[in-house]
Amino acid sequence: MYVAVKGGERAIDAAHRLMAEERRGDPATPELSLGQIAGQLGLAVDRVMTEGSVYDTELAALAVKQAQGDLVEAIFLLRAYRTTLPRFGASEPVDTAAMAIRRRISAAYKDLPGGQVLGPTYDYTHRLLDFALAADGDVPWAEASDTAVADVMPRVADVLDREGLIEANPTGGGPPGDLTREPLTLPAGRDLRLQNLARADEGFVLALGYSSQRGYGNTHPFAGEIRMGEVTVELVPEELGFPVAIGTVTVTECQMINQFKGSKDIPPQFTRGYGLTFGKSERKAMAMALVDRSLRARELGEDAANPAQDEEFVLMHSDNVEASGFVQHLKLPHYVDFQSELEMIRRLRAAGQQLEPAPAGDWPVEGPRAGASVSQAGGCPRPAPEGQRQ
Amino acid sequence: MPLDATDGRRRWMSVLAQAAPGDLAGSWSRLPALPAYELLRRPETGLVMVRGRVGGDGAPFNLGEMTVTRCSVRLEAGPCGHAWVQGRRPDHAERAAVLDALMQDPERRQAVAAEIDRLEALTIHRRDEAARKSAATRVEFFTMVRGED
Repeated sequence: MYVAVKGGERAIDAAHRLMAEERRGDPATPELSLGQIAGQLGLAVDRVMTEGSVYDTELAALAVKQAQGDLVEAIFLLRAYRTTLPRFGASEPVDTAAMAIRRRISAAYKDLPGGQVLGPTYDYTHRLLDFALAADGDVPWAEASDTAVADVMPRVADVLDREGLIEANPTGGGPPGDLTREPLTLPAGRDLRLQNLARADEGFVLALGYSSQRGYGNTHPFAGEIRMGEVTVELVPEELGFPVAIGTVTVTECQMINQFKGSKDIPPQFTRGYGLTFGKSERKAMAMALVDRSLRARELGEDAANPAQDEEFVLMHSDNVEASGFVQHLKLPHYVDFQSELEMIRRLRAAGQQLEPAPAGDWPVEGPRAGASVSQAGGCPRPAPEGQRQ
Repeated sequence: MPLDATDGRRRWMSVLAQAAPGDLAGSWSRLPALPAYELLRRPETGLVMVRGRVGGDGAPFNLGEMTVTRCSVRLEAGPCGHAWVQGRRPDHAERAAVLDALMQDPERRQAVAAEIDRLEALTIHRRDEAARKSAATRVEFFTMVRGED
C-alpha cells in the first residue's frame, strides 16, 4: 500500500541548510580544498575510489568533503555520479608485472629478485600519536637512492609456478561479466566474484577474511606478495584500432598462497587467492585475497560450511551502498505499516483475553503523521541489484 | 598505416595522454602559431572500465571504472587527430588531439616532435624520482652469525 505523506519540504530544506553549516564547521578555520583532501587524506580518497568504483581523485575528494568524511556516504555519492557519465568502453587488462613499483613485499621469500621494498607504509610504526603533526612541524623529505627500483620485478607466484608447485591461474573465456550492467546471478564466475569484492565494503571483507583465519574457513594463507604502484591503462580507441596508453592508475595487488592437499587427479600444490584495488588499499587487497580463496571452497572440493565460503551470503551483502540503503530506509515513514501491526497486536491480545478491541490509532497522533513527501511501501521489497536500477 | 608508423603514433599519443596537464600546456604555448582546426568530436568526458586479470596473469575481470576525456579534431590541411586522456580534462584532451594531428603533418611535425620528446623526458624524470625514493626503502638483510667460528 502506498500513501503519499506531504508537509516536510520546509523542514527538509532547513535540515539541509543546518547540515551544510555543520559541515563547514567554524568559519574562523580555513575551509578544506579538494587538493588538501586528495593530497593529505589520500587513503580516504583511495577507499572512496575503490568502493565507489571510479578512479578520479578529484571527484573522490569532493565526495569526501561533501560527506563530511563519512566514507560510505562519499562512496554512495561517487556511485550516483558515475551513472550520469557515458561508458566509452573497457581497457586492456592492466599488467601488474610491469607495475612501477613503490612497495613490494613478500612474507614467503626473504630474498627475491628486486628485493623487499617497503615503500610508504605504516607498518613498523609504534602507533603513538605524533603531536608534531598537531604543531604544523616541518616534514622530513624522503631520501632518494642513486639507483631506481628494478623496472620489472617477477611475481613471487611465478617462482613457484616454474616448479609446478602452485596452480595456474584460469585463462581464456570471453569478455568478463559486469555486475554494473547485468544483475548478479549465482553461482557467479571468478570474474564477477572479484569485481564484487573489489567494490565491496572494506570492513565487511576484512571481517570475513579474519573469520576465515580464525577457523571459520580453511585458508592457511601466506602473503606471497603484496605490491603497490602505478600501472599504465591502455585502451583501443574505436577510430584507431591499436592500443594507446590513456593514463596511469595506482593499484595495490595481493597474492595469497594457500594450502591444498590435492586430489586423485591433482598432486598437492599451493592454491591462490587474489586481491586488487585502486590506490593504496593494502588491508582491503589482503582481505579480498582471503575471501576470494574462501569462495573457491566448492571448486577445490572443500567443505563450504562457513560464512566466508558462502557465495550468496558474501556477494549479496558486500556492497555498502546497497546495505546502507536498506538499513537506513527504516528511517523513512512506515506509519501505515506500523498502524496495521499495532491493530493486529491489539486484536490478537483482545482475542486472547476475550476483551473488546481498543479503539485504533489513538496514540500518539491521529492517523499518519506529517512528514516527508515520500511514498511508503507496505512490506518493503529487497533492493534490486545496481544493474536493475539503471 | 604501416606498422612502424602505427608504433610511432602509439608512442606519441601515450606521451600526450600521460603528460602532466601543466607540462602539456607549456608545450602548447611554446609551439609556433597553430593552424585552424575544427572539432570533429568536442571534448567529452565518460568512463572506461579498467580491467585486471585473475591472479595477475589469468582471465580478465572488471576492477572498476576511471574517468576519461576524448576529443577528435581535423586540421585545415587535412589530418585528423584523436586523444583519449585520463580524468575530466577537456583542455588537455583538445590539445593532445591537435598535437596528434600536427604530428601527421610533415611540415609541422618536427617542432611538435621536439615537444613530445620533452614531455616524455619530464614524465620519465618524475617516475625515476619516485622509483629512487622507493629504492631507498629497500631492505638490505644481513645475517647474524652465531657460534665459535
